Amino acid sequence: MGLAMRKLRNMRMRIRTRAVVALLLVCCAGPATAQGVIDAFVFDDPAQELHYRALLEEIRCPKCINTNLAGSDAPIAADLRATIYRLIKEGASEAEVRTYLQARYGDFVLYDPPLRADTLMLWLAPLLLLVVGLGVITSVVLRRRRTVVALSDAETSRLAELLRATAGAGPDKDPS
Amino acid sequence: MSRASLFVPLGVFVVLAGLLYAGFFLNDPHDLPSALIGKPFPAFDLPALGTAETAAARHDAADLQGRVVLVNVWATWCPTCRAEHDELIRIHRESGVPIVGINYKDDAAKARVWLARYGDPYEYNIVDRDGTLGVDLGVYGAPETFLVDASGIIVYKRVGEVNRHIWDAEIKPRIDALTAKTDGAGDA
Repeated sequence: MGLAMRKLRNMRMRIRTRAVVALLLVCCAGPATAQGVIDAFVFDDPAQELHYRALLEEIRCPKCINTNLAGSDAPIAADLRATIYRLIKEGASEAEVRTYLQARYGDFVLYDPPLRADTLMLWLAPLLLLVVGLGVITSVVLRRRRTVVALSDAETSRLAELLRATAGAGPDKDPS
Repeated sequence: MSRASLFVPLGVFVVLAGLLYAGFFLNDPHDLPSALIGKPFPAFDLPALGTAETAAARHDAADLQGRVVLVNVWATWCPTCRAEHDELIRIHRESGVPIVGINYKDDAAKARVWLARYGDPYEYNIVDRDGTLGVDLGVYGAPETFLVDASGIIVYKRVGEVNRHIWDAEIKPRIDALTAKTDGAGDA
């Protein structure tokens, strides 16, 4: 086995590792890249700024299908950021800001939908799916366990014989 | 393990495909059901567009009360508003329903030029330069049109262009129903 082949294989391994790392990075970077917009809003109280930031992350831009206020360049998102800034400066709590926006733009702006009769499915579906999934896994595992049948005495000795016969040949060698 | 259970994955697939197919016919995801239907028109106190002489006049929510009125949010930067404008002129001419304009995040001078050039279907225009009334109305674009009843309650909202079809199918029947109700109350 030549050095070139080994090098090639090492390189392939490295590329594969890199691809996996890149994929993980892409997956993890999703929410972080959403923080695209910076407004020059000044807060006297750092706690207020934290509330403001938290709200930008969790309020959905009404003009955009799947972007929060923090990540949207839409003019309406800028208006709503200014509105939230004003409300927070006036001393509104996060819940009050949420209610304020919900009263004007509806549930659409909340990424966390309220728990109501018509949103019950939304909240329960993941739980239901989890229960169904666990049920399927349990039944599959149980069935598999049931199919394990103990060997008879004759089969055990035959197995031992076969193992002894192949032991001389030794394990398969790595072709490299 | 029966033979029938081999068809479980197929069944799951068919059910899933059916659900996804039904998803094609659900509402447009851009459609925001208005949170303001059935609520009073939000309070405001904003200057009128007017001409240079009448620019000092102001309007508030009380000015909308006492009759059925269409409130149209528009701007000169909004191409759909241009497309809608002729229909508003037609509606005003043919039905006589008062239309109040909200000139939304726009330049007042440009708005006056627009009205002089393309015609003015509005009874008056309110200047919402910063979009504050827009936020109170849940406006997220232009044009948007609200139908407000005589007691100042928002009964209908249209996001996007009001065209002949929308007028005939959604707005006119509501106006007719509202005027019939107030007439009935007047007779009683």
